[in-house]
Amino acid sequence: MIKLEGLSKIFPGHTIPAVKDLNLEVKEGDVCVLVGPSGCGKTTTMKMINRLYEPTGGKIYIRGEEALKMDPIKLRLDIGYVIQEIGLFPHMTIEENVATVPNEKHWPADQVKQKVDEVMTLVGLDPNVFKSRYPSALSGGQRQRVGVARAMVSDPPIMLMDEPFGAVDPITRARLQNEFLRIQERMGKTIVFVTHDIDEAIKMSDTIAVMREGELIQHATPSDLLSAPADEFVSNLVGRNRSIKRLHLIRINEILEDVNRAKPISEDAQTEEIKKQLDQSDIRTVIVVDRNNKLKGIIGVNDLKRTTGEVAKDYCQDVSDTVTSDATLNDALSVMLELGEGYVAVVNEDDQYEGTITLGDLLNVVKEDN
Amino acid sequence: MDQFISCMGNFFSRAVNGIVLSAQSEDPGIIMRTIDYLSRRSDLILDLMLEHLWLVVFTLVIAIAVSVVVGVIISYYESFAQTVLGICQVLMVIPSMAMLAFMVPIFGIGFTTGVVALVLYSLLPIVRNTYTGIRELDPAIVEAAKGMGMTERRVLLKIKLPLARPVIMAGIRTAAVMMIGIAAIAAYVGAGGLGELIFSGISRGHQPMIIAGAIGVSIIAVAFDYLLYWGEKRFSVEGRTREVTE
Ligand SMILES: Nc1ncnc2c1ncn2[C@@H]1O[C@H](COP(=O)(O)OP(=O)(O)OP(=O)(O)O)[C@@H](O)[C@H]1O
Ligand SMILES: [Mg+2]
Repeated sequence: MIKLEGLSKIFPGHTIPAVKDLNLEVKEGDVCVLVGPSGCGKTTTMKMINRLYEPTGGKIYIRGEEALKMDPIKLRLDIGYVIQEIGLFPHMTIEENVATVPNEKHWPADQVKQKVDEVMTLVGLDPNVFKSRYPSALSGGQRQRVGVARAMVSDPPIMLMDEPFGAVDPITRARLQNEFLRIQERMGKTIVFVTHDIDEAIKMSDTIAVMREGELIQHATPSDLLSAPADEFVSNLVGRNRSIKRLHLIRINEILEDVNRAKPISEDAQTEEIKKQLDQSDIRTVIVVDRNNKLKGIIGVNDLKRTTGEVAKDYCQDVSDTVTSDATLNDALSVMLELGEGYVAVVNEDDQYEGTITLGDLLNVVKEDN
Repeated sequence: MDQFISCMGNFFSRAVNGIVLSAQSEDPGIIMRTIDYLSRRSDLILDLMLEHLWLVVFTLVIAIAVSVVVGVIISYYESFAQTVLGICQVLMVIPSMAMLAFMVPIFGIGFTTGVVALVLYSLLPIVRNTYTGIRELDPAIVEAAKGMGMTERRVLLKIKLPLARPVIMAGIRTAAVMMIGIAAIAAYVGAGGLGELIFSGISRGHQPMIIAGAIGVSIIAVAFDYLLYWGEKRFSVEGRTREVTE
């Protein structure tokens, strides 16, 4: 889909190339993450792909066509671009900002409106609240999300995203990442994504391209990168605790089927039944669900002793945090550490119970890998 | 702005007082004579004011059209820019009398000469402000616009000019105020306007005439400046453009 051949860029007046003989291929529907230290040429590479910078040498193929011979305007209209500096237009409302590309493409007004609403909701900005605001009235993280919305509003088959989640807090970032992956699963866009955060790279990518001083050092799947870093530079970049990093790579639903755990009980189960289930449970806790399989809470051994009651509803304690099944094992681990428990309940988007993951399960995964 | 007006007003009234006081020593009736002159010749004064205003507005429209175009062009050609700005600078430094004198052999005596001279004078503030207004925009904003697939023309019309407008408007205001003053001198080459009153007052030693002309020019200058300022505030995006670019 995107193929870079011997691409290089020397800025006028410079002697050292910003990008040097870069060969990289991104397959259709793949997310390729560029990582590397500041100034290694990530942004320069992106800007050559949409021809904001003209390469000094080399070739760019987009769907087999030579990009350098295409009309740059047409090329750019089909490539969603999230610029590193966000670059919102300060004299336009958020709505006008997001509608930039559809307006350039002369879409009918009502279609533009509908699509703007849709994409703003997607990035977690309530259109009714934010549409008529100006960029100056938004927080850094909100602006960044507008930048992402603006890039994806016209459904471009290719996206270039230069540190799109750099300015948001870790919790929102994780949410946006998961949202991004969910959308990507459905849309299958071809994406080049830049980040400084190796954990983000591992989580988001199909392949990772490691760059240093304008050169491509290694291009591999995250799993290969972790198990066989090309040199010391790469292994330093991915860090020491590589087995823990693997937890980023595996989603909960991939292992949920293999962990056999006692079934949840309904909220009007009798004390006797609860006791029986508790005895069987390796986490000494049972999960309580309602008639629609919605998570109601948990009952530990102590809860049964402390409170008097007849059915599960009476003993049940609230759960302060859960994970969704499309989250990574690393997300599950973070929640467990935060809760101070050895397990976490897994639910789907409608809060319906899907299973439980324990520390032991995570340990098994890491062990298998080594 | 209000401060500016009151400051100008202050300055103005002091200047008038000065003239009045110096005149009073020989002729205590100067204020009365001026008021008398103003009321007697109000139709003539009003006519000349309108003529003056017409000269300025006409010239300003041409000057804006020429200067903004030049400013935009040189914003694309950096090497060219310094030369053009240098020429504008030289044009502005030439004393107004000399400039008008240069124009007469080419355009003769009359309105055209005044217009050409005034346009040449007002190039610098508008060209320079258009140029810097565009050059000093956040490059990320321009790059984002291009990256979205806007054509260069659309980037200019939808992004660059609207964002540079406060700076361009400031240049236009400077040019307008300057022009109103110099337009009074342009009466010398037959361009008409309040300058006629001042010059014939001087040559005849008719003080009320001079003062009437001076008052008229000052009123136009202050009113014009305020009008442009008000227009800029009124039509800017609720003043946000300025807030953000700063
Ligand atoms: N417009 C430009 N003119 C001249 N040099 C430039 C220009 N843009 C980038 N460079 C230089 O090219 C090199 C690569 O820059 P680039 O912006 O691609 O880095 P990056 O990998 O995106 O870094 P970061 O992670 O900090 O964003 C740097 O040394 C930079 O100074
Ligand atoms: Mg960069």
